[in-house]
Formats: sequence, structure tokens, C-alpha cells
Amino acid sequence: MEVGRLPISASQRGKLISAGYTTLSSLSSLSPSVLAREVNVSDTEAAQILKVASHGSRLDGSEGGCATINGAQTAWDMLHEEEMFPRITTSCVDLDNILGGGINCKEVTEIGGVPGIGKTQLGIQLAVNVQIPVDYGGLGGKAIYIEGSFMVERALQIAEACIEDMSESDGLLRKDFKACQLKMHPNNILENLFYFRVCSYTEQIALTNYLEKFISEHKDVKIVIVDSVTFHFRQDFDDMALRTRLLSGMALKLMKLAKVFSLAVVLLNQVTNKYTEGSFQLTLALGDSWSHSCTNRVILYWNGNERYAYIDKSPSLRSASAPYSVTSKGIRNSASNCKRIKMM
Amino acid sequence: MANMVISEMGLPKWIANIFAARNIITAKEALSLTEFELMEFLDVGLAEVTSAVAHISEIVCPPYQTALSLMEQRVQNEHLAGHLPTRLKGLDEALCGGIPFGVLTELVGPAGIGKTQFCLKLSLLASLPASYGGLDGRVIYIDVESKFSSRRMIEIGMKSFPEIFLKKGMAQEMGGRILVLHPTSLSEFTESLQQIKVSLLQHQVKLLVIDSMAALVSGEYEQGAPRQHALGWHVSFIKSLAEFSRIPIVVTNQVRSQSRDDACQYSFQVQRWDDTKEDRTRYDSHLVAALGVHWAHAVTIRLVLESKSGQRFIKVAKSPISPPLAFPFNITSSGMSLLSDGGFELTGPDINTIHCQGHNDIINFVGESLQ
Repeated sequence: MEVGRLPISASQRGKLISAGYTTLSSLSSLSPSVLAREVNVSDTEAAQILKVASHGSRLDGSEGGCATINGAQTAWDMLHEEEMFPRITTSCVDLDNILGGGINCKEVTEIGGVPGIGKTQLGIQLAVNVQIPVDYGGLGGKAIYIEGSFMVERALQIAEACIEDMSESDGLLRKDFKACQLKMHPNNILENLFYFRVCSYTEQIALTNYLEKFISEHKDVKIVIVDSVTFHFRQDFDDMALRTRLLSGMALKLMKLAKVFSLAVVLLNQVTNKYTEGSFQLTLALGDSWSHSCTNRVILYWNGNERYAYIDKSPSLRSASAPYSVTSKGIRNSASNCKRIKMM
Repeated sequence: MANMVISEMGLPKWIANIFAARNIITAKEALSLTEFELMEFLDVGLAEVTSAVAHISEIVCPPYQTALSLMEQRVQNEHLAGHLPTRLKGLDEALCGGIPFGVLTELVGPAGIGKTQFCLKLSLLASLPASYGGLDGRVIYIDVESKFSSRRMIEIGMKSFPEIFLKKGMAQEMGGRILVLHPTSLSEFTESLQQIKVSLLQHQVKLLVIDSMAALVSGEYEQGAPRQHALGWHVSFIKSLAEFSRIPIVVTNQVRSQSRDDACQYSFQVQRWDDTKEDRTRYDSHLVAALGVHWAHAVTIRLVLESKSGQRFIKVAKSPISPPLAFPFNITSSGMSLLSDGGFELTGPDINTIHCQGHNDIINFVGESLQ
């Protein structure tokens, strides 16, 4: 009997069987209050039983009955889940292509570059794009932006441009949806952007710890952007070993957040000089240990007169570069082939 | 926030006592240890440690705000939604209103290009009464190189705002609102900063100008990496000062020639590097901003002043809210004035380069007249 394998107390098992619940599927569509009444247990116990049962049925469904390790997931299930979540577009087709469609949820992506290359612009663009409604291919989620000095004016500009783009495609494709589209106002986008101002690394760590609670209360959050993760860790750290420990602890917590709540975590990083192969080269800050912490790593750089993004490290994407540009509307495709338009 | 004391956070008595007994007093100390380390150190179970850390984190964590409420707050409470207009039309438009509050704006350029002139005019603008478009407040001017000239500032005032300055006593009042400090060493500067933080709100200071940041370090350290980190504490202190007090902070920076140690390529760009390897001449002719890449990341807005082919330009080199525009300008008796409000856009990394003309034209001119 399937119920016999659940890790619940013997008395609870006995009650379930005598009430007629012998298979996991019979428990699958019940609410805790109904179960509590039927089986004569308290609500909390009923909720606990249902939780255990749903966990058990998930494992069963994939492998047909043999006991697997608690918390493990088969690769097939993971693939299925990945396909369920659309990626967050960057509004630049070339960039989306090398990223495999956009920034992936459930992963930590690090984006670094020299000052002025567009890291903050990309961060704000992602914070706005995550809010694109599901009808338009987005996630319809909210964003958390963690930064020292947030320029609201730019977020407003990008939000307005995003809505404009949506209404344009609206007008071209689906005229019947026009009614619901008009309801979206740049202020709605700004309303769904939660901003935390962090002033020291202690606050950054405290915030990372607190995010779990915050996100369980605001379940719509689909992206967390930290701009920049480097700044507070770069000064007055006499003990480098401590810094490495704190950073890796923080990275693990962020990865857990990404996995548990199925959201994307984007960390913006700065650059520094490193002496390798006989000369100084640019590299992302925070050291070599940190470079292992993120799942994906994208480097933004200048190539001649164009801005390029390069996938430096990723388990599933191949190394490639793509051009992009920063316009008054935000991140867009690079304008190398079209006539240059004056932006003001 | 980081220095909050654990005993005042409302943790259950027994665990607060354990923290105190082990000499973990502030939140910073508690959060600097991982949960396993705390577990061993305090001899408490993992579950209790986790909940204690979660409690401490929640209290130390900064409050959140939606971007919308942030914007509404700024529009309502601050002058022009948080901008100090420079009266240079093109520049103000590019910066969405003017020098923004709450962030660091940097002016970088070769000597004699007009950085101090710009700062003098800004100080004046901040001290003007609100009816004339100013911030009606005090200005703190930290003058490291002794470049502040009151006479020049009054001259700028008379020429730009004659209707205010010709009134009796106005010049004195405006001048009285500008406090000039002359720190002679980095430690004096540090002290002044800490004093400023305390008195900022009391004295209604509306603008802080530091002229110049690079001069503070140049006397004390050698070239290379140490110079960047010497200002590490100051950078984050000034930034947090700006954010808390929501005032504009303008800092000037010097230039230096590009050294061999300056990196400009990533490791994956190595194939290009062999070409530039042999070009040593560019090292002496190229100028870069002093203070290094860490400082460059810390400033929010960077305005580059340079002179090219006999014309001076002010470029918006780094700004999250503006396109990369360059405006030609002149320094006149009433301060800086733009020759064209439209500006032209620069693409590519050129917006960051700093050109400087030598003194060829002056020396040759003298030579010619003698012939």
C-alpha cells in the first residue's frame, strides 16, 4: 500500500487507512481542512500529511516506485521544469540569442564590465522586462533591485519605452487585446519594482538572509538584481579570508533562493586589474574564489565603437559574443546597419 | 545599521546572553560568521542559530520602497525632483534637470580646463534663494589645492545674476553661505568629513564640493594599486553621505598619463593585444583619469572636460540617465557657457578619452611676434 510508505506516525497511518485513503492519488486533490475532518486529526497534522504525500507522489511518478534520495530530482524533471519557465528577455535580440532566449530563472547570472558600459542599464531593463505580462511572452513578475544609488528617472524612461513597444506589437498582431493593454501604465511597472538601499556589506548579508522571508510574502518576485555586489566588499577588508567566506556564503544563499523560488538572480560586478601572463589584464572583481560562485558569467566590453557581451562561463551556453546598444529606450539591438538616429 | 547592538534586537533572552558572553556585540560581528561557525562558537543547535540569524538579519536589513513611491517622494519633496540645475541648458537637459541629488558627480579633466570654475558657479547656484532657482542653502567647499577664489566667485555672481548681486548686502549673504575648508592632509580630510556628516542636516547644507580628490592622495603614496585603496573608506563614506542626506556631491579629479600597467583588455580579447603591445608611444600621449578603476565605478556621473583642436568640450562620459553627449564650451567672465545646446553624440569608448592640447600655440605665438 502506498500510504504505508509515507514517513508519518503509525497512528496517523492507521487513521488514513481506516478512512479509506490507501493510495497517494486519493490524497492528491484534498484540502487540509477536508482531510482533517474525514480522518479526525488536527488541521496542522492534515497539512503535514498532505505535504509528505505530494512529495512522495512526485518521486513515485518519475521512477515507478523505488525509493529515491530525499530532495533529489531526476534530470528529466528538471528539463521539464526549465521549459515551463520562460526566460527574461533583455530587449536585444542578439543578446537574447547567445543567452539561449534570455536570462534564465533558477540560476545566478553574473554580469560585469568597465564603468559606463551599461551594467546598470541592463539591470534596470531586466527589472522592467520581468514585468511584461504573460500574454506578451513575459513572466508578469515583480523585481527586487538592491543598489546604493538608484536613478528612478531612468527606470521610468525604460518602463515607458517598454510599454510603447508592447502597444506597438499589440497594434500589429492582436487588436482584440488592446483593451487590456491600455491598462498598463509606467507607474504600474515602477510599483512592482522593490528597491532596497544597502550601505555596507553587513546590510547586504542581512538582506540576503531576509530575502527568503520577503519573497515568501511577495510570491510574484521573479528577479533579484544586485547592483553592484562588489562595491561594499571592496573596501576596508583587512581579512581577505573572511571576505571570501562571506562572499561564498552569500552566493550559496542566493543560489538557494533562485532554486527554491524559481527566480533569476542577477549580480552586477565591477572590474579590476590582474597580473597574468606577463601583463595586466582586466578581470572581474572579487577574486578567483568568487568566480566559481555564479552559474553564468557575462562580460560586457567595448569592441571598437560597439558594446559587446561575451558569455564567459556557462554550463549550458556556448561562449559567444553579441553586440548590443544602450539607447534612450534602454537596451536594444545594436544599430550597426541602420542609419544613426539622434537620441534626445 | 550594521553597528546595532544585539542585546537591543529583541532576541530571546537566553540566546542574547550567549551572544554577549562570547563577545559578539554588534550585528556586524554576528553576520560575519557563518551559521556553522556560530553553532560551534556559541554551542547552540543549528535551528536556534538559524532563527537567531534570521531575526538579526531582519532587523538590520534596510527597509524597502517601491520605485514608484521613491519617485513620488522625490517629486514632492525635492527641488526639481532631485536635481540642481547648472543653467547650462544642454547639460541640464541631458542630465534630466541638472546635477542629481544623492549621488557622486565627478568632473575630470586636465589642468586649467575649467573644473574649478564650474565648481565655483555651482556653489553660487546652490546658495541662491529659491525664487531665483537656487537651493537656498549652504555649501561646503573642500579646497585641497587652494584654488578657491572668492573674488572670482563674486565676479561670476555679478555677471550672471546682476539683479541679485547688485542689491545691497546680497553678495555678503551669498558669500556667507559658502564654507571653505582647506585640509592639508588625508587625515585632516577624514576628520572634516566626519564633522560634516554630523552637521549636514543642522546647517542646511545643500551642496558639497571636493576640489580635488586626487590631490589628497598624490602626495602620500606611490603609483599603482595602493593609491586606489587609500581612498577606499572615503569613497564609501562620501557615497553613503550623499544617499542619506540627498544632496549633490561634486568631486573633481585630475588626469595622469596612461601607464604600462593600465589594463584595457580582458583575457578573452588577447588576440588584439599583440598589435597594441608594441605601440609604446600611446602611453605618453594618452591621458586617463587619476584614482583608478575602483573610483570610476563608485561615481555615478562622470563629466569629462577636455580640449581638442583648440576647442574645449564637456562630455557626459558616464551617466545612467543620459546619452553620451559632448558640448563645446567656453569660460567667460560669468563662468562656463556652452556654445551649443544641442551637443553631439559620441559613440564608442571615445566618450571616455581625455584629450589635452599642449602649449604649442602659446609658445609659437610669442615666438612669432618677436620675429
